[in-house]
Amino acid sequence: MSNHLPAGAGNGGGGGRAGDSGLRYPSNGKTIYHRPLNRTKTAELSKAAFAYLFAEMVSYAQRRVTGIQELEKRLNLQGHPIGLKLLDLLLFREPPRTQLRPLNIIALLHFIKINVWTHLFGRQADRLEKSSNPDTPDEFMIIDNEPLVNAYISVPKEMSQLNCAAFAAGIIEGVCDGAGFPARVTAHTVGDTGGGGSNNGSGGGTGADGGRGEGGEMWPGRTVFLVKFQPEVLEREALIGAKS
Amino acid sequence: MSYYFAIIGTQDNPLFEYEFGTSKQGGDGMARFTEQARQLNQFIIHSSLDIVEEVQWTNGQMYLKLVDRFFTSYISCFLTASNIKFLLLHQPPSSSSSSALPHPSSSASTSTPSLVSSSQSSTSVIPSLSTLTGGSNSSTSTLTGGTSRTSTSIAANPTSPQTEEAIRNFFAEVYENYVKAIMSPFYRTNMEIRSPVFRARVAAAGRKYL
Repeated sequence: MSNHLPAGAGNGGGGGRAGDSGLRYPSNGKTIYHRPLNRTKTAELSKAAFAYLFAEMVSYAQRRVTGIQELEKRLNLQGHPIGLKLLDLLLFREPPRTQLRPLNIIALLHFIKINVWTHLFGRQADRLEKSSNPDTPDEFMIIDNEPLVNAYISVPKEMSQLNCAAFAAGIIEGVCDGAGFPARVTAHTVGDTGGGGSNNGSGGGTGADGGRGEGGEMWPGRTVFLVKFQPEVLEREALIGAKS
Repeated sequence: MSYYFAIIGTQDNPLFEYEFGTSKQGGDGMARFTEQARQLNQFIIHSSLDIVEEVQWTNGQMYLKLVDRFFTSYISCFLTASNIKFLLLHQPPSSSSSSALPHPSSSASTSTPSLVSSSQSSTSVIPSLSTLTGGSNSSTSTLTGGTSRTSTSIAANPTSPQTEEAIRNFFAEVYENYVKAIMSPFYRTNMEIRSPVFRARVAAAGRKYL
């Protein structure tokens, strides 16, 4: 990074350089720094506008992909930077007393389930589960009965494995990565087929049986976000647990 | 009192750096680092990253307070949720003669209110206050007045609660502006922050609190 630091980085003063660097300000003089970070409670986005934009994002990601896995990966990548930024933004909006960095997996997942979900979808995620399989202690599941991102997405029959909530999975992955808990997050539909996402090929598909197909009739679009943490996260978790 | 502030990314890469001096007690806001110290500061800041990594998992607070010390350089740290480190190196004036120089120049008009405020905590300042306003020929007494005055200020006491609080306020304001910076859709993690508005905001926060 140091090779492209501006020449006067040490003691450079204010906006004096703004003119010769070709930087242009908005006509009303208000930059991103002049806008407040807190939003009012009622400031919500139009769902129709989101649905329209998201449909375009999916079709954009679908261009020149070779398979469903790659399409999901692209959707995941679109969500990743959002998660990274949301982490800082949402913690900034917390009241100062509870402005704590998540230090363990449970705190992090709670933050995602409550804060991130409320911010994105206007409600909390429905359930948080730990993998019951003793071989995979690194797998956790965030369950959403009716993901908002999938509300207006109809998946064609020949692509039944596709779950466009991979975008939301990317956001979760961004939050986890940003907080220092590197993880891989995948979205699986468990509503109608019962573990239909197990052939995702990510190696973590086996955990999708956590949905157990229960309530499959009631929530056909139920989606499990499988969070698989890297081994070093669990290692650190054990170390911190032993110390405290 | 001189400060060196740096924002360090997740890959231990510098994203932003800024040098400034105190603006309190008639300071002119200019850093008083020697050319050698300026280059050393970057090493000191980076070497303290190891300690930050040790501390960050024991404490969920963002403000980690004083984390490291290298001779007369003290390093305070603020860690954002996404693992971006704000590091502030602060160096109290090394010798009283060099540091007190800016004080007499502005003694007559500007520094009188600060003298009054500090006189509540230490009564020894009051006699020197009268000599200070008396005339310019008593330069030695103004110098001693200056040093006894800074003993209660944030400049001379890098470990005092007041300093801690001032730095907390400084970090909080920088944090707000940092979050605004990353809200730009064109900003990706670990990109250098080059916005002149951001730099001006950091400078303003430094003037306001330190």
